Parts: sequence; C-alpha cells; structure tokens
Amino acid sequence: MLTSDQSTLFTDDGSIACLVRTEAFEGPLALLLHLIRKNELDIYNIPIAEITRQYLDYLDVMRELNLDVAGEFLVMASTLIQIKSQMLLPQLTDSVEEEQGEDPRAELVRRLLEYDRYREASLLLIGREVLHRDVFARSFPAEELDSLPLDEAIPAVEMFELVDAFRRILARVPKESFHEVGSENISIADRISDVLEYLRGRESVDFEELFAGSNSREFIVASFLAILELCRLKMIKLLQFENYGRILLKSAIITDSEAELA
Amino acid sequence: MKEISLKQIVESILFVSDAPLPLERLYAILEEFEREDIRAALAALTTDCSSDKRAIELVQVAGGYQFRSRAAFADYIRRLKKIKPARFSPSALETLAIIAYRQPVTRSEVEYLRGVDSGGVLKSLLDKKLVKIIGKKDVPGKPLIYGTTREFMEIFSLKDLASLPTLREIEALAGGGDDPEQVPLPLPEIDQSINY
Repeated sequence: MLTSDQSTLFTDDGSIACLVRTEAFEGPLALLLHLIRKNELDIYNIPIAEITRQYLDYLDVMRELNLDVAGEFLVMASTLIQIKSQMLLPQLTDSVEEEQGEDPRAELVRRLLEYDRYREASLLLIGREVLHRDVFARSFPAEELDSLPLDEAIPAVEMFELVDAFRRILARVPKESFHEVGSENISIADRISDVLEYLRGRESVDFEELFAGSNSREFIVASFLAILELCRLKMIKLLQFENYGRILLKSAIITDSEAELA
Repeated sequence: MKEISLKQIVESILFVSDAPLPLERLYAILEEFEREDIRAALAALTTDCSSDKRAIELVQVAGGYQFRSRAAFADYIRRLKKIKPARFSPSALETLAIIAYRQPVTRSEVEYLRGVDSGGVLKSLLDKKLVKIIGKKDVPGKPLIYGTTREFMEIFSLKDLASLPTLREIEALAGGGDDPEQVPLPLPEIDQSINY
C-alpha cells in the first residue's frame, strides 16, 4: 500500500525522478578505462585528443541527465586538456636526452594501470567464497557469547569506541562551577599502579569501574591516560564483546604458571 | 565408554567455537596433548572433511581454524538464515581492495589511486568493521592510516593477509619503444577548450 503511494508520488514529480545517482562510473579513472576499452585503444599509447572528446561528451550527457558530475570529473577533464597541450608544444629544452624521456601521458597511464589493477583485485575479492553469502559458519547469540571466557579471539576495542566510553564517563561528571586552586596532584603513575592492583587476582575488570573512585575530572583523565599507557606497554588488554557493549580490561602480563606452559 | 581420540576432541571444540580458533588457543586448551599431535589431528580432520560426501569443510581463516559449510549449499542455508549477506558496491570493493593491498594507507593515498573522494565509502567500511584506523602517519597533518580487520579476513575467507590473491603485475611502461610523436591529432573541439 505504502509503496504504491510512494511510487506514484515519485513518478508525478518529474524533477525528483531525474535525480538518479549512478553507480556506473565510480570516478574519472573508471570512465577513462571504460572509454579506452570500448574503443579498443592501446593504454600505453592513448590518443589523448580523441579520448578527451569522448570524455567531455560523456560529461555533457551526464549533465543532461541531471546527474551529479563530481568535481573530480572536471579536474580530470582539465588534466586531459593539459596533457594534450603539452604534447602539442614543441620541446623547448636543449638537453634533449633528459626531457624527452617522460611522455606527458605517462603519469596518467600509470594511474590508470594502477587503478585497473585494484579494480581487478576487487573482483577477485568478491569472487571468493564470501561468508554469509557462499559459506556459513556457526554463530552464537550475543548472550551466550558474553558468558564465554575471555580469550584472544574477541576483537580488541576500536579506538573510537574507547574514546566514546571515555566521553560518556566524563559527561557524567558535573562541570565544576568554581575554580579550584590547589590541585589534587593525581599522577598517572599512581593510577597505573592502582589499576594493576585492582586487576590482581581477577580475570577482568569493567572499564567504567576504574573511574568510580572519584568524581574529579583530573582523576578521570589521569585514569584514562593510565589505561592507555598500560595498553601501550602491553600490560593490559582491552576487550569488547559487541559493538557499543561494555569494555573490559584484562591483565596481559603472563604470570609464572602461565609462562611455564608457553 | 569407548575411547575418544584427540581428533574427536579437536573436532568437538571446533564445532562449538563461535569464531575461527587460532592454533595457539587450541594448544592452550589442550595443554595435556603434544602440539605435534594436535597439528596432526587438525590435518586428519581437514582431510576427513575434504571428502565430497561432507557438507562441512575445515578451513583456515583469519588466523584460525573454522568449520564452514561448502558453497554448494548456500542456497539452502540462506533459507534458514534471515539475514541478507552484506552487499558491496563497486566503489566499496575498490576501496577495500586498495586498503587491503596497500595497508597501512591514508585516505588521501586511497583517493589518489581511485581518483575520487572516498570519505563516504571509508566511513561505511569502518562502520561495517571491514577496515579500522590503525594509527597516524608521522607526516605533517598526522593523517589517519587505515588497515583491514580480522572480520575482513573472515568475510572473504582469507587465511591471512599474505593469502590475498596476487595482484596483476603492471607491465613496465613502454619507455623508449613508442613514438613520442603521435602528437599531431588536430581536433577543433580541444582547441576551443584551450581558449577558455
């Protein structure tokens, strides 16, 4: 019902119907490659004038179709014209050997070949056995996952999520309305030993728990920096079971008994 | 009770595991067994499952071992699974390929190679956890550098990054052989453009 209403709405309004975002050409390089293939041109010896004319024709058609011609397409158009003009100009230098070496088209050809290589690689990628499309593996609901013991297989926390968590904690602290002159002098080193002490004998600690001690911004910032430093020193690991889920701290120091096993 | 074999133990663990299980982890779980024997059990299991009679394969993916259904059964399994597989637009795939092969790579390097603004594509790849920010490049402006994730390897059935399909070699640019004098192609349209 709803969809049929919408479709009439769209077909009635001509201007909206024309706003089609095409995926046909991802960018100027893709368009150039297409033109080269279509005309069966030698990529190492591109007739720049001809290709430029076809390229500009394409841009015209795109504009006529009310397609969004991105700035990159225009940059490429000017590059093509520049190459052509360079090729038309006589070489002014006397040092023939040096200057003759580089064809004005060389840079463009290099880019085209490089781009084509990655485009080919992308087809190889999608041609592989893709998980959830061609092949399937067992998966668990989140709750079950949560009760599993922590291990290396759980992805480490992404930087943004960590910063997000920190921002959430910081946001809970009331903004101090007065200026405090005497500082509390919380050092990061102190907080590092606090965190390690807290972790001793425990499997893991909730990230937010470590900020529970005080409400001062200084304390929170020092705690956060301490956690970052510990991560850098590889003394702790930060883990997160699911997106936006809680972040856990786990000691990464191998104890004596574990070291024997390894 | 009948005697159980190490191969069966490994099989049961892999069956229940929810993610590709690294060898190291398997060693740690089965600490009472020789590592050599565990490897042999894995090899035997892999061979067992490679038979055409089996629907399940033991594959090495994202640095671990995992049971996966064979591609031949995808149509049937999809009826069971409600979730549609993630679709990849050509631009997303292109960007992903560039990051996979060139990592660590900055956004501007990706954009140079693609010739188009890639901010939006990058963001959606980040959201899908196929790529991640792995740091900052130590150059002016400290641009972020990107790399692929473990999920990327899982999705594309890659054992590790070294097993990415090899890139086609770029043939050496025809340096001397070609005539640099293919210049005269008089075209009025172009001349007009230059007049701007």
